[in-house]
Amino acid sequence: MIPAAFDYRRADGLDDVLAALATDAPVTLLAGGQSLLPLLKLRLAEVGTLLDIGRIPELHGVRVRDEGGIAIGATTTWNEILEDPLVAAHAPLLRQVVAGIGDVQVRNRGTIGGSVAHADPAADIVPALLALDATIALRSATSRRAGPADGFFRGPFETVRRSDELIVEIRIPALPAGAGGAWEAVSQPASGWSIAAAAAVLAVSDGRISHARVALGGAGECGVRAKAVEAALVDRPATPETLTAAASAATEGIAVQGDLHADAAYRTSVARVVVRRALEAARARAAG
Amino acid sequence: MRPVIRRIHREVRRVPQEVSLVVNGVDRRVSVEPRRMLAELLRDDLGLTGTNLGCDTTQCGACTVLLDGRAVKSCSVLALQAEGSSVTTIEGLAEGGTLHPLQTAFAECHGLQCGFCTPGMILAAADLIARDPDPAPETVRHALEGNLCRCTGYHTIVDAVLAGAAAMRDDGAAR
Repeated sequence: MIPAAFDYRRADGLDDVLAALATDAPVTLLAGGQSLLPLLKLRLAEVGTLLDIGRIPELHGVRVRDEGGIAIGATTTWNEILEDPLVAAHAPLLRQVVAGIGDVQVRNRGTIGGSVAHADPAADIVPALLALDATIALRSATSRRAGPADGFFRGPFETVRRSDELIVEIRIPALPAGAGGAWEAVSQPASGWSIAAAAAVLAVSDGRISHARVALGGAGECGVRAKAVEAALVDRPATPETLTAAASAATEGIAVQGDLHADAAYRTSVARVVVRRALEAARARAAG
Repeated sequence: MRPVIRRIHREVRRVPQEVSLVVNGVDRRVSVEPRRMLAELLRDDLGLTGTNLGCDTTQCGACTVLLDGRAVKSCSVLALQAEGSSVTTIEGLAEGGTLHPLQTAFAECHGLQCGFCTPGMILAAADLIARDPDPAPETVRHALEGNLCRCTGYHTIVDAVLAGAAAMRDDGAAR
């Protein structure tokens, strides 16, 4: 398959990217290309100029933040995240999710920033970032801003990133002390994409749930916080009954989508199951 | 006027660019259209047809090569993205007339039938063994998730990768 013709240019540093994004002539950013290049080949997308940002040092790698937690450069690949000792120490849940993204070859090329910008409704990284209270940091030629992942994703393949902005890094804060995280997904076997996936982070204090973040992927128009589940957890006793009852609210307020692999009713029931499993595993890992 | 303008734009976009890379240890400089994939550069420009194109949509893994030592699907990497990189294809594994231990293992374990997926399987396995010289069978199965075989049922492929890894460990110990 041959994409429609385009121009290609390798970016000459971060300032070059920000300047190119600030002009009226549209450029499309290319990082690992594991979503964009197949889209171009299938002619689901057509671009004028690809600006390759895959080799900009400032956008790459994992660091500890002074404020606590870690920051992951936008063009850090999935396998670099998997092999990074800081991620293993600070964000084991993220590591668990990333290990299931794509396959080895895709993880060797695909980047976290590229996936966040692409915002596939079934992207596993989205519920993971929502449950971890991650922040997306953006820059343009004239501005910098950072906002929560919750609110960044607006719908299928749609985010609040402006066309002149670049995702520079993904920030993962330190979890509450003693918190446990878990990830559960049921995937369509041929494609590997999640039919429904759940990420959960729970902290327990004096036998009661003091912190709950639960997010769902695959089921709705984009990854989304399951706020009805969270509300049914916080301040309640950390018992199996609480977790099971909360999981039944998995898709409350979420427009569950159906497709040829799983209709909305089946997806809803899978969502409840993965949320319950994730809650049980997160509870088992949480102290107290 | 509009269609003419559009055609001119198209022609501008087709202007080839030079890419320099090392393929199987040999310096290469090739002029490619920006939309040319690495797989096409290898197969059509360099005549290295051991890299197979199967699905051409990042799924089957037949086009797997090593790019700076890591397995990638060359149908989904632009040739221009490989600027300055080192690429290893199936043609680059054997040393002279001596097959690479993974190639020998695939032959001995009957790790192939039609052989179409084999170059990609072997290079994906090479990436795994470089990082994990003594992988568990489960690890091998997970690492080959991105490589589809429609003939073997995979068991003999896993056997071949385990045997190849063992032979590579023995080779390393003998040196």
